[in-house]
Amino acid sequence: MIPAISYKAKRINFKEKAFKKTLALSAIIVVVILIAIFLTLLINSFPSLKAIGFKFFYQTTWDPVSDRYGALPFLVGTLLTSFLALVISTPFSIAVAIFLGEYYKKGPVAEIFKNIVDLLAGIPSVIYGFWGLFVLVPLVRELEMKLHVPPYGVGIFTSSVILAIMILPFSVTLSRQVISMVPSHLKEAAYSLGATRHEVITKIIIPYTKSGLFAGLLLALGRALGETMAVTMLIGNTHDLPTGIFSPGNTMASVIANEFTEATGRIYTSALIEMGLFLFVVATIINIIGKQIIKRFTLE
Amino acid sequence: MNFKKIILSLLVISVAITFTSCGGNDSSNSKSATDSTATGSSNTQILSAGSTFVYPLFSKMFSAYNQKTGVQVNYQSIGSGGGIKQLQNKIVDFGASDNPLSDDQLAQSPVPIIHIPDCLGAVNITYNLPDNPSLKFTPDVLADIYLGKLTKWNDPRIQSLNPGVKLPDLQISVIHRSDGSGTTFIFSDYLSKVSPDWQSKVGKGQSLNWPVGLGGKGNEGVSGLIKQTPGALGYVELAYAIQNKMPVASLKNKSGNFVAPSLASTSAAANVEMPADMRVSLTNTDAADGYPICSFSYILLYKDLSYNIKSEEKAKAVVDLVKWIIQDGQQYSEALEYAKLPESVVTKSLDILKGVTYNGKALQ
Amino acid sequence: MEMVLEAELEKKKKLSQSRLADKHIGRRNKKNIFFKGLIVVATVISTLPLLFILFYIFKQGVGALNWHFLTHLPNPVGEPGGGVSNALVGSIMILLVSCVIAIPIGIIIGIYLSEEKRSRLGYYCRLAVDVLQGIPSIVIGIIIYEWVVRPMGGFSALSGSVALSLMMLPSIVKATEETLKLLPESLKEASLALGVPYYKTIMKVIVPTGLSGIFTGVILSIARVIGETAPLLFTAFGNPFMSTNILKPMSSLPLIIFNYATSPYNDWHQLAWGASMVLILMILILNIISKIVQRKWKVQF
Repeated sequence: MIPAISYKAKRINFKEKAFKKTLALSAIIVVVILIAIFLTLLINSFPSLKAIGFKFFYQTTWDPVSDRYGALPFLVGTLLTSFLALVISTPFSIAVAIFLGEYYKKGPVAEIFKNIVDLLAGIPSVIYGFWGLFVLVPLVRELEMKLHVPPYGVGIFTSSVILAIMILPFSVTLSRQVISMVPSHLKEAAYSLGATRHEVITKIIIPYTKSGLFAGLLLALGRALGETMAVTMLIGNTHDLPTGIFSPGNTMASVIANEFTEATGRIYTSALIEMGLFLFVVATIINIIGKQIIKRFTLE
Repeated sequence: MNFKKIILSLLVISVAITFTSCGGNDSSNSKSATDSTATGSSNTQILSAGSTFVYPLFSKMFSAYNQKTGVQVNYQSIGSGGGIKQLQNKIVDFGASDNPLSDDQLAQSPVPIIHIPDCLGAVNITYNLPDNPSLKFTPDVLADIYLGKLTKWNDPRIQSLNPGVKLPDLQISVIHRSDGSGTTFIFSDYLSKVSPDWQSKVGKGQSLNWPVGLGGKGNEGVSGLIKQTPGALGYVELAYAIQNKMPVASLKNKSGNFVAPSLASTSAAANVEMPADMRVSLTNTDAADGYPICSFSYILLYKDLSYNIKSEEKAKAVVDLVKWIIQDGQQYSEALEYAKLPESVVTKSLDILKGVTYNGKALQ
Repeated sequence: MEMVLEAELEKKKKLSQSRLADKHIGRRNKKNIFFKGLIVVATVISTLPLLFILFYIFKQGVGALNWHFLTHLPNPVGEPGGGVSNALVGSIMILLVSCVIAIPIGIIIGIYLSEEKRSRLGYYCRLAVDVLQGIPSIVIGIIIYEWVVRPMGGFSALSGSVALSLMMLPSIVKATEETLKLLPESLKEASLALGVPYYKTIMKVIVPTGLSGIFTGVILSIARVIGETAPLLFTAFGNPFMSTNILKPMSSLPLIIFNYATSPYNDWHQLAWGASMVLILMILILNIISKIVQRKWKVQF
C-alpha cells in the first residue's frame, strides 16, 4: 500500500518538476530569441561595419555601383517623417484621449469612438499605403501645385500624414489609460473649489499625467520609425537628402523593403542589415524607456 | 471548454497541415489538375525570380506552359538584381536578368553560370503630359534630364526638337527604378555610351546613385508612378507602355535617325555577331534603323544544376522549360511587343544548353 | 465726511469686484465650453480617416468581389478578370501554421509570467517580450530570411509563418499574463488546499477560468498579423499558382495587395481593392468575434 502511494507521489512530483521546467524553459527561449536576433543582425553587418565604419552615418551618397553606402539621407528621412507624423497626430490623439478618458468615459458615444479607434489600429499598413496612393497622393499633388513646389504627390509630407493616422490609435490607447489613472480625489478636490472642467483638465490632469503622456508619444514614435509598407508606397524612393517636407525621400525601413531581396554583393546586403540593426537598437531603446516611464507612472 | 481538447485539436490541425504539406500541391485549378495527372509531372514546381522587364512575357508563357504540361513555374518579378542574388544564394532554380553578369560576378561564382537569351526587348522613354503627344529626344537632352540639368518641359532644347508640339510650363518629374534593375542597367549603359558627363558622374549599374528623381519598384511601379504624376518622365520596357496606353518617344540613334521602339527597330539593333558566352550589349546600335536602347534578357543557369537543384528530375524539367521558352515559347513574344529571338541565337543557345550537366553527367 | 466717503468707496469697490467676478466666471465658463467644443471637433476629425478609408475600400472593392474572384487564379499580366484564390488560401495556411507555432508557446510563457511575478528570469522575459513587440516588422523579415530561408535553401510559406508567429507571440503572452493575473489568488489556493498538484491546478483550474481572455488575445493577435506584409516580402515570397505546400513559396493577400497596388494595370488595381476588402472584412469579423467572446464568456469575481 505504502509503496504504491509513494510511487504515485513520485510521479506527481516528477510531473510537477517537468511542468515548472517547461515554463521556465519557454521563458528562457524568448530571451534567447531576442539575443539571437541582435547577434544575427550584428554578425551580418560586420562586413559593412568594417568597410564603411562611421561614414555610414554621415555620408550622403548611397551608391551600390561604387560600393559606397552613406545612410544619412535615410536617417534624415526616417526622423523627418516620424517627427512630422508625431506633430500632426499628437493634438488629435490627446484630444481623443481626453474625450474618451474624461468627457465620455461610458455610454454609447464612448463605445462608438472606442471601436473606431480599435478599427483604425486594425487596418493593415499595406491598405493604408494603397489608399494613400489613390486618395491622398492626388490631394497632396493639388496642394503642391498651389504652393508651386514640384507636384510629385508622393514624398515626406504624404508619408507623414499617413503615419500620423496610423499611430493615432496607438497613442490614444496609451494616453487614455494614463488619463484614466488620475486619482479621482484630486479631480474632486479641484471641482469642489469651483474649478471648471477645462481647468481640471489643463491644471490637474495634464500636469499629473505629463510623464505618462510623454511615454505615449515616445512609444508612438518608436512605432512610426519602423513602419514599412505604407511609407514604402508613398515616400517616393529617392536616395537624395530631402530638401524640404514636400520632397521625396526614403526611410531606413523602405530602403530595406525595396532593396533587400535584390542587393547583390556582400557589402551591399550587409549595409542593409546594418540599417536593420540600427532600427532594431533605436526601437528597442525607445521601447524600454517608454515602458519604464509608464511602469513608474502606474506604480505611483 | 476543456484545455486538453484545445491542445488535442491544435495537434490535429498541425498533423493535418503536415500531411497536406507532404502531399504536395493539390490544385483547385481543375484544368491544371487534370493536365498534370495526364502528363505525370504533377509535382514539379519551378521557382524563378528576377527581371521585371520580361515579366509580362514570362507571365503569359508560364501560364501557357502550365496548361500544356502541368508544370508550375513560379516567377516573381523582383528585379534583375534580385534574380542574380537569389541564384547566388541557391534559392531559385534559375534567375532572370536583363544584363549579363559582370566578369567579377562570374569569377566569384563557385560553379560557372551560363546565359541563355530569352527575349529581345526595348526600353522605352515614356511620359505623362496633357494629350500625350509623341515626342522626340536626343541622347544629350535625355542625359541632361536625368542629370537634373533640364528641369522644365518647355525648355528650348526640348521644344526645338518638337516644333509641332506646344509643351507646357511644367516641372519634369524624373522617374527611375528604386530596386536593383536590369532595365536600369540597360538604360544607364546607353547613357554612359552617349554622355561622357553621365559616364563620369553616375556610370552604369543595376542600382545607381541617381542625381534626381523618384523611384518606383519594378517596371510596374515606374509605369504606375508615371501614369499618376503629371509631367513625369521615365523609362520602362515597351510592353508596359503599350499595355497601359502610355506614349512612346523616338530617340536619335547613332546614325542620326529618330527611331521609335518597335519590333522592327529592336530586331534591327539585335543583328549582331553573338559572342560565345552570349554576353553582349546592344545599346547605341550602329544599325541605321535600329532603336538605341534594346537588350536581350537572359535566363541564368548554373552549368552544373546539382549545385542549386536537389533532384535530377527537376533539373531536367528546368532544362526542358528553358528549351521551350527559346523555341515554342517565342510565339507569345510579338503580341506583347517583344521581338522574337533571331534564329542564330536560338541555335547557339541550344548548343550551350547541351553542355548543362547534373553531377557532372550530361542531361541530354 | 471721511467715513461716508470711505464707505462709498468700499461699496464701489465691492460692486466692481463682484462684477469682475461675474465677468471672470463668465469667461471661465466660455473657455470651458470652447475647450469642450475643441476636444469634440478634434475627436470627430480624427475618426474621419477611418470612415474615408472604409468607404473608399468598400466602394472600390464591392465591384470586384464575387464568386469568380474568390475561386479563380490571377490571369497573366494584362488579361482582365482572374481572382485571388491562391492568395486567400495562402493567407489562411500561413496564419494557421503560425498559430500552431505561436499559441502554445505564447500561452506557456504567459502562464510563467503570471506565476513568477518577481523572479529575475521573469523580469528579463517580460522585458524581452516588450522589446520583441517593438521590433519593426521589416527587421523580423531580415531575421527570418537569415534564420529560415537561407538554411532551408528557399523561400517558403513556413518561413512566412515563423515570421508571423514571432510577431504574434508578444500579444498572446501579454493577453495570457494579464488575464491570469486578474484571477484571485484564493482560486489557486483553494485548489492546492484540496491536494490538487500544482500543474493540475494551473492547467485545469486557472487556465480554463481565464480562457476567454486568452482566446480574445489570440484572436486579436491574428487580426493584427493577418495584414502584415513586410515580413512576408523576403519569406513567403508569393506564388501565382495555388499551392498548399508549406515548404514552397505561397501567395498571401497583403503581398498581392502590395504588388498589384503599385502596378500600372487597372485590372490589377481592381483585384487589389477586392483583396483589401476581403482582408478588412476578415479583420472586422475577428474583432467582432473577440468582442462577443469577451462579453459572453466573461468570468467574473
